[in-house]
Amino acid sequence: MRYLPHTEAEIEEMLQAIGVKSLRELFSPVPESCCTLTHLDLPEPFTEWELDRHMQALAGTTAVSPDYKVFLGAGSYEHHIPAAAAYVLSRGEFVTAYTPYQPEVSQGTLQAIYEYQTLVSRLLGMDVANASMYDGASALAEALLMAIRMTRRGKVALSAAVHPLYRKVVETYLAPTGYEIVELPFGENGRTDLSGLDGAGELAAVAVQSPNFFGCVEDLQAAAAAAHQDEKTLFIVGFTEPLAYGLYKNPGSQGADISCGEGQSFGIPRSFGGPGLGMFAAKQKCLRQMPGRLIGKTTDAEGKRGFVLTLATREQHIRREKATSNICSNQGLCATSAAVYMAALGGTGIRQLARLNYDKSEYLKRSLAGAGISIPFSAPTFNEFVADFGDGFEGAWKRLLEKKIVAGLRLARFFPEMKDRYLLCATETHAKEDLDALVKEVSS
Amino acid sequence: MNETVGTNGLIFNEPLLWEKGAAGRTGFSMPRRDVDNAPVDENLAGEGPDFPDLSEVDLVRHYMRLSQWNFSVDTGMYPLGSCTMKYNPKTNERQAALPGIAGAHPLLPEALCQGTLQLIHELSDSLCRITGMDAVSLQPAAGAHGELTGMLIIYAHHVAKGKKRSKILIPDTAHGTNPASASLCGFASIPLASNEKGILDPATLAELMDEDTAGIMVTNPNTLGLFEENITEVAKIVHDKGGLVYCDGANMNALMGQVNMKDSGVDLLHLNLHKTFSTPHGGGGPGAGPVCVTKALEPFLPVPRVVEENGRYAFSWDHPQSVGKLHAFWGNFGILVRAYSYIRSMGGENLKKASQLAVLNANYIKERLKGTYHLPYDRPCMHECVFTDKHQQAHKVSTLDIAKRLMEYGFHPPTVYFPLVVSGALMIEPTETECKADIDRFIEAMKAIDAEAKENPDLLHDAPKIPKVRRLDEVAAARKPCLKD
Repeated sequence: MRYLPHTEAEIEEMLQAIGVKSLRELFSPVPESCCTLTHLDLPEPFTEWELDRHMQALAGTTAVSPDYKVFLGAGSYEHHIPAAAAYVLSRGEFVTAYTPYQPEVSQGTLQAIYEYQTLVSRLLGMDVANASMYDGASALAEALLMAIRMTRRGKVALSAAVHPLYRKVVETYLAPTGYEIVELPFGENGRTDLSGLDGAGELAAVAVQSPNFFGCVEDLQAAAAAAHQDEKTLFIVGFTEPLAYGLYKNPGSQGADISCGEGQSFGIPRSFGGPGLGMFAAKQKCLRQMPGRLIGKTTDAEGKRGFVLTLATREQHIRREKATSNICSNQGLCATSAAVYMAALGGTGIRQLARLNYDKSEYLKRSLAGAGISIPFSAPTFNEFVADFGDGFEGAWKRLLEKKIVAGLRLARFFPEMKDRYLLCATETHAKEDLDALVKEVSS
Repeated sequence: MNETVGTNGLIFNEPLLWEKGAAGRTGFSMPRRDVDNAPVDENLAGEGPDFPDLSEVDLVRHYMRLSQWNFSVDTGMYPLGSCTMKYNPKTNERQAALPGIAGAHPLLPEALCQGTLQLIHELSDSLCRITGMDAVSLQPAAGAHGELTGMLIIYAHHVAKGKKRSKILIPDTAHGTNPASASLCGFASIPLASNEKGILDPATLAELMDEDTAGIMVTNPNTLGLFEENITEVAKIVHDKGGLVYCDGANMNALMGQVNMKDSGVDLLHLNLHKTFSTPHGGGGPGAGPVCVTKALEPFLPVPRVVEENGRYAFSWDHPQSVGKLHAFWGNFGILVRAYSYIRSMGGENLKKASQLAVLNANYIKERLKGTYHLPYDRPCMHECVFTDKHQQAHKVSTLDIAKRLMEYGFHPPTVYFPLVVSGALMIEPTETECKADIDRFIEAMKAIDAEAKENPDLLHDAPKIPKVRRLDEVAAARKPCLKD
């Protein structure tokens, strides 16, 4: 086996040096009663070529572009990944390094993540960003737990227009400790209805997502004002599509105390939903309660600039049960990917790309409306929006699969009352003719 | 020895991203605009972020230079204890990048993603066979995420039995994340001291275990690299009081094909695919931390599960006792692909051999260095061994100094100052993918450093001088945090 370098002669020599007779004897500390698994019943090993064939067969069963036209977003987006970004990200020195515990031999990772923290802070308009969380969902759960710690309150308000799978994760994280979640409904326009906040009592946090699950951009300024009627309450802005902030005002400028979400859009392939990237940023007052790793700038023994993991006293390996989170391994390489992608786009590029994404989905929205399809939510959107195709569209949706078109996400799966509504996504990867073809198919 | 000392080669300086470039440059091929501009709500439109503009050349050179400042498994031996820095096979990367895998949307209709569901199902099955457990969830995104999932399952189990429990036992040789994971479920961590042999003592456990204790979190092999020889007795004591045995399986690389976890008394354990199953660490993730359980705990696993019927694969959501959902979608699927690729390349016999060789390498280092470095527990070890700086302290040389000097010999340092049960720990895990010649060079380097400690301790105090930067001021970094530009 090519990953196992030992020759029989070397094994003999090493066993002799240790003073045992066989490899089996090395396991003498293991009691007999535990050793019932002497044979691993797994398929015979593949050669490298056989593995390629097997994996190509598995991979060949999935519906991906360009063969399929997939109009799915809902927290996972198709964007072009520059070849140069994929190339530098394949460097073994980034890929096969551990968490940078020894800074002198980890400056590459450390500077890359420091740059990531800076770019994310600028993108979201926040004071400080951490080195990443697992994904957008766990980032939101950790943000709510952080607000609960900071305010010493046990109740949070969460918009029903937050991604439904994220809300499930939040429920899981908050269940055993008994914290209460108040759900804020969404209104006719697709935005969160905050009118119920008044009677909700003392809240640790109010959390919305913008753009929300329906693609609708929330009125963050109004939401912040509503949340901050109680000055202790923290206002959290989540997101699944950070590219939106290339076009729309960022959460920090609109009054968010914490902003967190999914960064997959930034140069990370969809990979059936993971690995993605939990982006997490906050205002300065939250710093000591932030979960996750932080990279700081410092100097070395000769005064040269360098970077280290810092503020570890918040973390699990030092603070143990009083830590701000249990997170250890995060999504380091995905954070690096996002930094490379943001740097490739640049300030000029992100504006252009965000605008192009907006224009594509607006074109699709207008074309559908022109074909007589109802667009139920009136709030401005980014990249994706809800369409109501009317009674009995499910059959047509299934027939379109045979034509290699996935015409959006059926919302009834998450919102039973939305019987014929679908969430459609268009990014820069969808050509105008694909959009036109979709409109033609669904309106015929 | 001198010719094997690391050299500094061609290491370039490189500014921060925003210290280079020029406004108007771009490193991105902007897709063609084939639709008109649509009006934007002026109240919502922003100015966009302050990002630097770089060309593609600027970008590539920047990251190439940064990469060269990193030590990595691809560069050399990385004997970081409890981290299992084994070789990361390149074919795994090829498979994860296949368009049908990397490009698959997580919410595709099931009929249009059968291959990815099949992979989840088959990998789950393989992990059950390797551990001896009955069922598994691949959803947790890292080891600590797996621990949290395990704690949620223990919590749900006791609630289902009709009584919440408030405490959890955590040995002093367990992993550092364990107490924080337990407290997320509201459990109070009760420390459990190991005995003079470095393992759990059933008598000490029996005194602490009661009917308000939800269970125990055992790391096995523990962080001293020792197998918990009394695990069966430990499990019996915990089970007799209605508790559950959680095993932190981060050190599973010692035990593949050797130990049946379920028969050893374990009710649930997590695995680190980025340790035992060869997926890369990425400078701090992404990893994957699947949780394996016994039949009795299967109803509590996260949803959705993937089920197979007549060769068709589907998600299954209807599990009313489930702890819920831990990840936005189905876990770090790209990492699962790499682990699957590894297991299919290795097969059962090679996985078993890998564990044997990992244990061989660690015991070989232990035997060859034990005259030079203080070995607090002189017993047969598993996949890692723990020394201390006790002998070198006489020359005012510490574990940190030894670690920093080791960099100059071309090796990544071991894990230092952990586990906390020994003072000045040097925790060495060579893994099975290091050959004897490289291990011999590591041993020679460690011996040479001991000699230097006696003859010229300042060589160690001043180390490292070769890498891009010298020792960094971590105190200043924490006192006045500068976390962005």
